Amino acid sequence: MSLRRSIWRRRRSVASCDEDRLAIATHWQLMGRKLRKHRLAMAGGYTLLAFYAIALAADFLAPYDPHDTHRDFPYAPPQAVRFVADDGFHLRPFVYGLTAYRHPETLRRIYTPDTRVRRPVRFFVRGHEYRVLGLAPCNVHLFGVDDGAPIFLLGTDKLGRDLFSRNLYAARVSLTIGLVGVAISFVLGCVLGGVSGYFGGVADTLIQRLIEFLMCIPTLPLWMGLSAALPKKWSPLGVYFGLTVILSVVGWCSLARVVRGKLLSLREEDFVIAARISGASSARIIGRHLIPSFLSYLIVSVTLAIPGMILGETALSFLGLGIRPPAISWGVLLNDSQSLRAIAQCPWLLLPGAFVVIVVLAFSFLGDGLRDAADSQSVV
Amino acid sequence: MLMYVVRRFAYMLLLLWLVSVGSFVLIQLPPGDYVTVLVADMEMFQNIVLKPEDVEQLRRAYGLDRPLYVQYFAWMGRLVRGDLGNSIAYQRPVLELLKERVPMTVVISVAAMAFVWAMAIPIGIYSATHQYSLGDYVVTVIGFVGMAVPPFLLALVVMYFGFRWFGFAPAGLLSAEYIAEPWSVGKLVDLLKHLPLPVIVTGIAGTAGLIRVLRACLLDELEQQYVVTARAKGLSEGRLLMKYPVRVAVNPLVSTIGWSLAGIVSGSTIISIVLNLPTTGPLLLDAVLKQDMELAGSIIMVLSGLTVLGTYLSDILLVLVDPRIRYESQT
Repeated sequence: MSLRRSIWRRRRSVASCDEDRLAIATHWQLMGRKLRKHRLAMAGGYTLLAFYAIALAADFLAPYDPHDTHRDFPYAPPQAVRFVADDGFHLRPFVYGLTAYRHPETLRRIYTPDTRVRRPVRFFVRGHEYRVLGLAPCNVHLFGVDDGAPIFLLGTDKLGRDLFSRNLYAARVSLTIGLVGVAISFVLGCVLGGVSGYFGGVADTLIQRLIEFLMCIPTLPLWMGLSAALPKKWSPLGVYFGLTVILSVVGWCSLARVVRGKLLSLREEDFVIAARISGASSARIIGRHLIPSFLSYLIVSVTLAIPGMILGETALSFLGLGIRPPAISWGVLLNDSQSLRAIAQCPWLLLPGAFVVIVVLAFSFLGDGLRDAADSQSVV
Repeated sequence: MLMYVVRRFAYMLLLLWLVSVGSFVLIQLPPGDYVTVLVADMEMFQNIVLKPEDVEQLRRAYGLDRPLYVQYFAWMGRLVRGDLGNSIAYQRPVLELLKERVPMTVVISVAAMAFVWAMAIPIGIYSATHQYSLGDYVVTVIGFVGMAVPPFLLALVVMYFGFRWFGFAPAGLLSAEYIAEPWSVGKLVDLLKHLPLPVIVTGIAGTAGLIRVLRACLLDELEQQYVVTARAKGLSEGRLLMKYPVRVAVNPLVSTIGWSLAGIVSGSTIISIVLNLPTTGPLLLDAVLKQDMELAGSIIMVLSGLTVLGTYLSDILLVLVDPRIRYESQT
């Protein structure tokens, strides 16, 4: 009896403690709590973490330098990593050798796995030099095979460059361009949306008309026209930043709308009037009181704006108007698959597109989950 | 009502003017002007090297030495008279090139728009009335993927499978024997045969977006009291749905026509490039790659102008569909 009561009591105390925590939880804690319950959003978040980690460690994970050409192996198909051979199971994975011959009629190179040559996959091998985080020189790579024999997990392109390595390096550009672009859009959106929503009047009308104007213009033709203005002489880094600016020309609109809408509904609130009476400047009221009060909504919009930027960069680079070789992005890699001949015979050239889709989906799921979570009025 | 149409028309004219300013800026944006390109062209292909004085002379002849705003008005004046300048890459008047390409762009965009609406509304209604059913989940997943797949990738994949399964690439809008032919019934039938694929590929992303909007709006409406009332007075489920909540939920869709039209024009540009359709898309890419800005700027201007026009028409449509919008009071 007494035991049962004590258990009951403890349970109640745990529950009430939980309730207390909920009652005093900040907006951010509530948001995190709801987000963790949103399975799809969490899956999206973890996928993104994995992708960014891979991009960061591209040097280490890639078996080859992305610009190394293997002249004997143009358009080689992906090689399978095997554990089972004729003589049974091997713990150490291996790949078969690759032999190429020309088809006597079509003159195409045809690759067949050479089952006589078995090349074990070695781990932590030495390869091309790179710098860890741009600092310490290093040449250790996760895997490779002996004496420079080929291991092309995702095949090669027309110059015989290893697409696995290239995809890893391409992730760096493709994944960060959305972040940089969104950062620029964020600043533009906050400033213009802030002015528009807080001051109203003529400024509001002008900015709103500008947004409506930009939103009813077909984005891709506009981007294409703007990218023609990027000088041909620019370095890859210059082109990279030029592109982010081009992508932000349209990207800031949706953010500015969110900021304006929230400011309009908040600017008559008591806490704003109190701040104004205390003599706070407009900039301080917007930056210190208003924006933090709807920061969560901003984060949602930012998350949902990134996919558009990534898709934009991919489309432009695919057309040959975005990132320029020798710099690599997923769009640049897809540029090789423009001709029907290439994709009909080498479908693995389309693989970077799959990565783009996965990343965009992950961002969308995460953004959707964040939007639900930011809505802290609803019951947890 | 008439006042509203007139006022919107004035607003549209303002937008069109903005489009023209934007296009002019775009044409001016790349370093160098028409004469620089012309001179480089002559040196490269005709081995004529012009003296600096001659270059200056040329500049003056084209009026490129005058201030920008004067140039803009001159350009604008020619524009109104239908003179869009000359394409350097094609050595032909821009207007002629556009006349060949723009009609097809309009056909594909309008057809894609029709496809989007014809697909999105029934699917959206189904998805909302069968919330959390298997069909709803399937639609939601397809919708997410449809929005995440870049249109050109979809076109590439379609091409790959077309080649794999049928042994030919579903590219182009006309069979080879009809391309040079004048218009006839046979040519029209051939065009209609080729049209569905690019239209569907162009429309997928828009459809996915529209389904999600319609589903969300309809779900909100279905909880309203008037639905319960209608059901209580014994209205059949189908009539109830079509008569009240769907009508209300479709309104937000109509108001987004402008953006979705912009999206479709945008998508059709890149899809036309991949599938090699005779629209403005491949022409624009070519112009941009060759820095033929007169042509590129004109194409962008025409595409944007058409989109603005489409948005205007949809706004007027919205008033007709939704009697709740009080157009008189918006002064």
